[in-house]
Amino acid sequence: MLSYETVLTTCTYCGCGCGLLLEVLDGEVVGTLPQKDHPVNEGKLCIKGWNAHEFIHDQGRLKKPLVRKEGSLEEASWEEAFDLVVSRLLEIKDGNGPDSIAGLTSAKCTNEENYLFQKWMRVVIGANNVDHCARL
Amino acid sequence: MEKTREKMTRMLDEGVVSGILGLRLRHGHPIPYLFTDSASLGDWIVDETNRYLVTKILIRISKKHPDELIGIVVRGCEERSLIELFKNHQLSPDKVKRIGITCSQDLAKRCRCDRPYPSEMEEGERVKPAEDFSDLTEIESLPEEERFKYWMEKFGKCIKCYGCRNVCPACFCKTCTLEDPSLIKPGGMPPEIPIFHLHKAFHMADRCIDCGLCEEACPMGIPVRKLYRKVRKSVKDLFGYTPGEDGDSKGPLEFLGDGSYEPPGVGK
Repeated sequence: MLSYETVLTTCTYCGCGCGLLLEVLDGEVVGTLPQKDHPVNEGKLCIKGWNAHEFIHDQGRLKKPLVRKEGSLEEASWEEAFDLVVSRLLEIKDGNGPDSIAGLTSAKCTNEENYLFQKWMRVVIGANNVDHCARL
Repeated sequence: MEKTREKMTRMLDEGVVSGILGLRLRHGHPIPYLFTDSASLGDWIVDETNRYLVTKILIRISKKHPDELIGIVVRGCEERSLIELFKNHQLSPDKVKRIGITCSQDLAKRCRCDRPYPSEMEEGERVKPAEDFSDLTEIESLPEEERFKYWMEKFGKCIKCYGCRNVCPACFCKTCTLEDPSLIKPGGMPPEIPIFHLHKAFHMADRCIDCGLCEEACPMGIPVRKLYRKVRKSVKDLFGYTPGEDGDSKGPLEFLGDGSYEPPGVGK
């Protein structure tokens, strides 16, 4: 197989939204290029953007939820992980009040996901403690 | 560019090449692509405002597919880069088929290009070279102290993204000199100036083909090309050598034994 293409996408590292091209060689993502005609970054990237492809095929990438059992993290099903999150959050909210819970979201999520997250924090949990990792 | 497109179609249909690297219009954006089927050549595009590091992409493809003969659409600067990469054993001349395209006079002027066309092309006119060193003359007319101040102020903006290196089509060492701890302190911000930038300028002195992609990639607007143009001009004045010119002549710094070159064929 001989194939090389570049795929237009958006950098996931922060809220700037730089345009990237992911280089795909024979079906594997092998590199990142800045998109020259993107209105945000105009063919430029920071060091994080230049390496934005690295996590895709990384051996250490998490693909399943992990639950801490007796001090160590172990792979679990989504159902088990969600059940644990729900029961613990309810327990904390009922025991100590909604303000004892804070939510930390990510620039790697989409705008819509971040909107949903803050909405969920305010309406479902009942707290205004929402922040994110992208205080660059 | 219909004659060129026809030629490319023939090359793919007759199996002369396994693929042709160029730009394709995708969702309205010209982006690099390896055409392997002539039916997709309808999306092939020539774009003057969006130059990509096509020859460097070719290294990546050729390293994985060393036996395939691959075509590449090249402008003058991209052909100069190919020649440097052949000389430095990063690409094999018998595995690369050039398809030349000329630049417009407007682009040549914008780039201050001394050779805005490749050695061969299917169609179009060779436009006039637009070599212009007024940018260098201007800075050279300043007193030394002011010149140093100018550069230190520019270098001081560097965010060490390595974009100028990543995008450079004449840059291929396996171990990058900018990441050599004995030369430049690893990690940390900001980078040590001016050593970080001057080191790259010296390292690339007899390989820089003056395409200007580095400056286009700099997020901080550092006029790195001006610096490399000065070094390139010095190499020409001192050694009579112009990187990217055809022929068997090797870069003069390769003979100085400064260790800046990788042995043949060990690059990424």
